[in-house]
Amino acid sequence: MRPDEASALRDEPNCSHNAGPKSGCAKPQPGATQGGCAFDGARNALLPIADVAHIVHGPIGCAGTSWDGRGSRSSGATLYRVGMTTDLSDMDVIMGRGEKRLFHAIRQAIDTYRPAAVFVYATCVPALHGDDYVAVAKAAQARWGVPVVPVDCAGFLGNKNFGNRIAGDAMLRHVIGTREPEPVPPGAIRPGITAHDVNLIGEWNIGGEFWSVAPLFDELGLRILCSFTGDARFREVQTMHRAEANMVVCSKAMIRVARTLRDRFGTPFFEGGFYGVAATSAALRGFATVLGDPVLAQRTEALIAREEAAVQEAIQPLRPKLEGKRVLIFAGGHKSWSLVSAMQHLGMNVVATGTEKSTEEDKARIRELMGPAGLMIQDNDQTALLRSFHEHRADILIAGDRYIYPALKARVPFLDVDHVRSVGYAGYAGAIELANNLAVTLHSPVWHHARTAPRWARQAA
Amino acid sequence: MAEIVSSEKPLAVNPLKISQPVGASLAFLGLAQAMPLEHGARGCTSFNKLFFMRHFQEPIALQTTAMDQIAAVIGADGNVVDALRTIAEKNAPEVIGLITTALAETQGADIPRTVKAFRERHPEHDGIAIVPVSASDTLGCLETGFAAAVEAIIAALVPASVTAVRRPRQVNVLASSMLSPADIEAIREWMEAFGLQAVVLPDIGDSLDGHMIESGFSTLTYGGTPRAAIAAMGESIATLVIGNSLARAANLLRDRTGVPDHRFASLAGVEACDAFTQTLSDIARRPVPARLERHRAQLIDAMVDCHFQIGAARIAIAADADLLEAFLRFLPGAGAQVVAAVASARARRLAELPVERVVVGDLEDLETLARVARADLLIANSHGTEITARLGIPLLRAGFPLSDVYGGHARCQVGYRGSRQVLFDIANLLAARQRAVPPYRSLYWQGTPREQEAAAAAPAGLVT
Repeated sequence: MRPDEASALRDEPNCSHNAGPKSGCAKPQPGATQGGCAFDGARNALLPIADVAHIVHGPIGCAGTSWDGRGSRSSGATLYRVGMTTDLSDMDVIMGRGEKRLFHAIRQAIDTYRPAAVFVYATCVPALHGDDYVAVAKAAQARWGVPVVPVDCAGFLGNKNFGNRIAGDAMLRHVIGTREPEPVPPGAIRPGITAHDVNLIGEWNIGGEFWSVAPLFDELGLRILCSFTGDARFREVQTMHRAEANMVVCSKAMIRVARTLRDRFGTPFFEGGFYGVAATSAALRGFATVLGDPVLAQRTEALIAREEAAVQEAIQPLRPKLEGKRVLIFAGGHKSWSLVSAMQHLGMNVVATGTEKSTEEDKARIRELMGPAGLMIQDNDQTALLRSFHEHRADILIAGDRYIYPALKARVPFLDVDHVRSVGYAGYAGAIELANNLAVTLHSPVWHHARTAPRWARQAA
Repeated sequence: MAEIVSSEKPLAVNPLKISQPVGASLAFLGLAQAMPLEHGARGCTSFNKLFFMRHFQEPIALQTTAMDQIAAVIGADGNVVDALRTIAEKNAPEVIGLITTALAETQGADIPRTVKAFRERHPEHDGIAIVPVSASDTLGCLETGFAAAVEAIIAALVPASVTAVRRPRQVNVLASSMLSPADIEAIREWMEAFGLQAVVLPDIGDSLDGHMIESGFSTLTYGGTPRAAIAAMGESIATLVIGNSLARAANLLRDRTGVPDHRFASLAGVEACDAFTQTLSDIARRPVPARLERHRAQLIDAMVDCHFQIGAARIAIAADADLLEAFLRFLPGAGAQVVAAVASARARRLAELPVERVVVGDLEDLETLARVARADLLIANSHGTEITARLGIPLLRAGFPLSDVYGGHARCQVGYRGSRQVLFDIANLLAARQRAVPPYRSLYWQGTPREQEAAAAAPAGLVT
């Protein structure tokens, strides 16, 4: 990747703090760095496209420990769960055989698995070594007639957030706009309901969580052309340019895709999330507003009233267990603010939230929700995080899975909200699940045992 | 003698192989007050850390030099010095393992020179041992990276001096990457039964067994071989080497210290256990304790009980060389037949394995071989679940990673009792898929009440 391309990807005019320093792009400190690289972010963003052969071009270090490690679920195709890598050997590097190996690897993937497309993720070693994977992808596509998309995502280029941007950019360059959507099937046309085509951008269908939201879209007459990329198919990504409205779900990481679609095709977009009742309702209202359909707005309000009442009823018995409990949230991106709203809805007290991968815009939302007293934690150091937990007398830590074992070792109640978890928390049903799991964790008898020394030890002390 | 066959595919599909830096880091995770530092891009370490966390269900001490694109091109010596200083100041470990990755190796990083530069610039950290290991991802596998790190630890931390035995009850154990924390604990107890004290290198049985400590979370390891104990390995009466991958490390230790060693390919199965027990008895000059005799008798009893299931069972295995060898020596002794053996990386010693053919390949190769050979049971890491689902056969989990089960690291597969448990597990897995003969429905039942019974569902639990 050329330096000008990299800085173009860092530039996001739609972000109000674009002129300032980019907190999401902070340089890592050798010897004190947590979190993944650009390759990690790029593959994470695209891996849920289920009918694609995802080939990692690099030595075994990149794919060996990480393949099939994503919690995104598919309603059918399973090719995305097959780990594929060129597994570069020392002789490939020394003799310059990487390109040739990649070319034949693409052929092998096509021959064996008949993928809808092949994505090639170029990692550090071939980037340093100078493999021309773009040319290889082009030649392979010409030779075998299957779309081959190069993703230029050497890990050393940046952090995961930057990798997300690279992924979005690759789709904009090579995939989106290469096919027209089918007409709405006659069986799905209902009287009084106008069908609208929409995209969700940055929805990953972790643990199948979107499947508890998707029926509401069908009910409202919102046809999802592409859920980018949870449970998506290659041919759906191709048609994204035809949506009437886009919703950016994972905040800024994928906003570039939405902005470009707006600039090129005039598709309006809005940002939102599905974590918590308030966020879910706001998202559904967002579509009605952006689409400017008053009938849809009416039906949306009726649906929201019905769903919210159901959630209230379900979480009522849990409220006494949750109200007033102090929560420390440490999650990146949009979760850093959508979870704040979800916890507040349950009557819990959010004492601090982490902003490691949050953009300035995410932080502005946090301020809005938590007020000026709300504390933001930028440091992603595990010890510092546990110290904050105790300083703020928090009752539970909500964070990504890399914090789970440090937290448990410190005898701290913990809820996992990472992208590899197998539990879904999205939508109205997810809000109930979240409340349930919070109550179970907070009131588990294990904390008492973990914090109590045996009698003989107490006598000795 | 085995024929070694390379799969020769340009694309590795469902990789079996785990990289060398992971193995090298694992070795350092078995040292007390230690921090492995991987010299590469931040992603290498992020992936490896999550990998260990899911396998061991533990927090993992692991850091990165966080090379960016500029450092990748113009040199990353500054990153190494920075990282060493940061770790020294923030975490104050006793040992830092400095492990290269493919990125640093491709770039041509000169680690010894960089360590020298760090020493010159930061004499205040002279008390911290730094152990450099070259571990490119483009070569070997987890096991070879682990062995390289053990060798480097001996080179750096065991003084070269042939002294008289000063600790006649102390015995060194070099423990290969195939051993789980529970395995190491079992080996220690085995030796203690003879009154011997074990210095295990590296001791993940002490650091990664999963135990709560008073102080809660630690940024360093939660136990492991103390540096002082490593320095005193030359005073032991003997060294026990478990796993052939450690041959070079064992040679180095023997040459440095003059301590005689005894080598074991594995400690699974009655023959391997007997050899180990006999050696312990000889070293300790004590008879075999009655309790061990009983455990041996229990294993033999289990072998007899399980032989109906295991006899002639067709088993397919994929693993790194040491673990593969352990199963290849153990299972035929219990009557099973190994019909497919896949190793993750090429190694000359694969040719010595007691099997007709070893394929160097991935889990796709294992799946193909197992299907062709009509295997009854698969032995592989957690990624084997998908394969066994497709093949309709059970999976015995072994190796790295065991990420879809709780307590994978707490499973013991060595010693008389560990071997017995493996036999029970295999027999149960095979018994559960024992297909009942489907009922035959006679042609002449048409129109009789018996025909109506066809609609009745099969009784719960019966596989049809």
